[in-house]
Amino acid sequence: MTAYIVRRVLYAIPIALGVSIVCFTLIYLAPGNPLQTLLPENASAETIDMIKKAYGLDKPIPLQYLTWLSRAIMGDLGISIASGRKVSEEIAKALSNTMILATGAIGLSFSLAFILGVTAGYLNGSWADRVVTGIAVVGVSVPNYWLGMLLIICFAVELQLLPAAGMGPQGSSTFNVLNPQHMRHVLLPVVTLSMIPMGIIARTTRAAVAETLNQDFVQTLRAKGLKARTVAVHVIKNALPQILAVMGLQFGYLLGGSILVETVFTWPGTGFLLNKAILTRDIPVLQGVTLMLATFFVVTNLLVDLLQTAVNPRMQRH
Amino acid sequence: MGKLGRLLGCLGLCTLALMGGVMHQQVSAETVLRVAMTAGDVPMTIGQPDQGFEGYRFVGYNLYDSLILWDLSRADVVADLRPGLATSWTVDPADPHRWIIALRKGVKFHDGCDFTAADVVWNFERVTNEKAPQFHPKQFALIRDRTNNMEKVEALDDYTIALTTRQVDSLLPYQLSYWFMISRCKLESLKYDYAAYQQHPSGTGPYKFAKVIPQERLELVKNLDYWDTKRIPKHDRLVLIPMPEATTRAAALLSNQVDFVEAPLPDTIPKLKSAGMQIVTNGYPHNWAYQFNFVDGAFKDIRIRKAANLALNRADMKELLRGYMIESYATLLPSMSYYGEPSFKITYDPKQATALLKEAGCYPCKITFAISTSGSGQMQPLPMNELVKAQLEAVGFKVKLDVMDWNALLDLVRPGRTKAPEIDAINVSRSMQDPFSALFRHVYSKQHAPAGANWGHYSNPAVDALIEEIYATFDPQVQLAKLTKLHEMMTDDAVMLWVAHDVNPRALHPRVQGFVQAQSWFQDVTPIRIAD
Repeated sequence: MTAYIVRRVLYAIPIALGVSIVCFTLIYLAPGNPLQTLLPENASAETIDMIKKAYGLDKPIPLQYLTWLSRAIMGDLGISIASGRKVSEEIAKALSNTMILATGAIGLSFSLAFILGVTAGYLNGSWADRVVTGIAVVGVSVPNYWLGMLLIICFAVELQLLPAAGMGPQGSSTFNVLNPQHMRHVLLPVVTLSMIPMGIIARTTRAAVAETLNQDFVQTLRAKGLKARTVAVHVIKNALPQILAVMGLQFGYLLGGSILVETVFTWPGTGFLLNKAILTRDIPVLQGVTLMLATFFVVTNLLVDLLQTAVNPRMQRH
Repeated sequence: MGKLGRLLGCLGLCTLALMGGVMHQQVSAETVLRVAMTAGDVPMTIGQPDQGFEGYRFVGYNLYDSLILWDLSRADVVADLRPGLATSWTVDPADPHRWIIALRKGVKFHDGCDFTAADVVWNFERVTNEKAPQFHPKQFALIRDRTNNMEKVEALDDYTIALTTRQVDSLLPYQLSYWFMISRCKLESLKYDYAAYQQHPSGTGPYKFAKVIPQERLELVKNLDYWDTKRIPKHDRLVLIPMPEATTRAAALLSNQVDFVEAPLPDTIPKLKSAGMQIVTNGYPHNWAYQFNFVDGAFKDIRIRKAANLALNRADMKELLRGYMIESYATLLPSMSYYGEPSFKITYDPKQATALLKEAGCYPCKITFAISTSGSGQMQPLPMNELVKAQLEAVGFKVKLDVMDWNALLDLVRPGRTKAPEIDAINVSRSMQDPFSALFRHVYSKQHAPAGANWGHYSNPAVDALIEEIYATFDPQVQLAKLTKLHEMMTDDAVMLWVAHDVNPRALHPRVQGFVQAQSWFQDVTPIRIAD
């Protein structure tokens, strides 16, 4: 098992590296550059050269990448061109804010989706199955920025029950998950963020449970006279690797933050940060966030693989 | 108690907690003005702000002062200059390159240090001399277009400076209005660490820094010792919140999270009004227009430029924006003092437009516009450009819209027409805050991009000669006459396709009182009182 984990970790390194190279290249291929937001229109060539030098943009692109990578390995992600703040500090802060939303959304969507999916899988073809499938399709299909705005209009503007934006009266600096006043700010973005993963996981769970129920070993268990609850445990255990794989992906998406949801709710997380960095072509921030997201996916997939192997040792990849 | 009972009890407690939250009112004597900005981040606090003129509006002119300020106290005239940290400025009769500037006495920075001529010299080095310890490259970049004609600044005594320009520049006072004075004491005490200074900025402005949470909020408190006692804020605290999504800003106002909202969407204004919010608007020096390519395409021909202007029914555009614009028939806002009386009278005349196209031999006339999906001052670029396209095509143009994001458009704009000669016009909104920004930069041949903002490389020796005369004219009345003539020449030569001037709607909670919306990109929030 240890050798397997070491091998998987080693596989993860070139993946993260490859993602960072692709992203670095794509940023430079896209039209626009970070100097547009810094330089006045009548900046002379001398001024432009000076600013390029100040931000290390005068060097060849491969050299810029290597310089960035060598620093990143040491934990230094550079300085944001737009804000002048340390990228690592910006990401750490944004990530902690996104984690608050992601944790809530994971709890809500995973539990709801699991219950709905198992129910629909067991009651395959019934009205309950159709209702759950309908909920799942709606969850996947409704654009979350639209849903977010709808919830704001309903609960913030019309009913005046919940706040429309931000992380509380004093922002994230004093945010406390134990304070109900602060947690009111979390409800609407968490519900909005939960809808898509809820829909995807519910559909996957339903399909996995329904497929497992049709397998021969379930007939055998029932024929042996096992109680329904015991049979259900076996069914879920066999369906679980498939469900975990999808949950793992959704986990990565949620931790990566949502540009749309965080912008609609003015939630200062990684999605909000990424959106700002894209608009200003803030290369150090874009690179830092991208590396972080890629690392999340790689680590999450690794953990899911390990979990799947623990649940079903036959799934170990060689 | 059964399971159902426990569940209901739990739900009841949750509901009570929520209701308690709703009814919770913070009891405090402090009056707070909370502003939702369109920016995606808190503007920089280390001197020259970023985030465009919104940064100047809310951070620059509140934390700091410039030598010359804008008079933002009136709504009925276009804002112009007034004394700031300088009390007077005159050009040296013996040398038109040299300005003698008298500084205000008795002004203190927020940290208690006196403001003197040495601070002006030090601040000049801060934004021009890369060898000075106080130099900051981003500050240099942000103000470079205003300082590039300043050669040196000398202290003649504690409260007088001499500023020498490289070329004679009668419009220098306008450039001085954008340059903020930060505290030398504070930065020196922090060993020139701008990251630390960003957390403890010190200026001479009407507000003092209280705290900043990056990306989320900047809090300023009123400066009771402000030198201009009339502008000591009428509220205790100013909270600036970046909120880039327009719908969220409106919702935040309606749900009582903010008091003052920048740029609500026209579609949300009826709802805001019906909820009792105040909507304030005013014309200001803003121009939503297209700059032509004068070298490569169809718009070389004045008949085609005139045809495009005659093809637009600007009343339709106003209807599209629910009335929140002023129809534009020239570069300047009609209320500006140097508007004049151009002889090219633009009306909606599609027949004449078609006739001009046929006369010019360009029918159908294929043109390409570079436009953005959003951006600073761009209003609602997609529906507005679609309407312009439809109206131009109705008279015989064949319009291709080349759509890109704001940064990509700037990447096309900065190098000038040579980078994309296939583009016939660019749609970039412009500030017209001063004569250089409003007129010169679009038509002066020395401003041909990439050296300046003359994107389409307009060249006219008569215009160049007039601009050089204006630079050398220090008599205000003579200068005004020449500026008027320049604007008339530009209009008669149809140098742009003029469409709209924004009216900059803002939405205010009914408890916000005393705000006067100036005809300017900048606004003074110090007179605002927060009613109970």
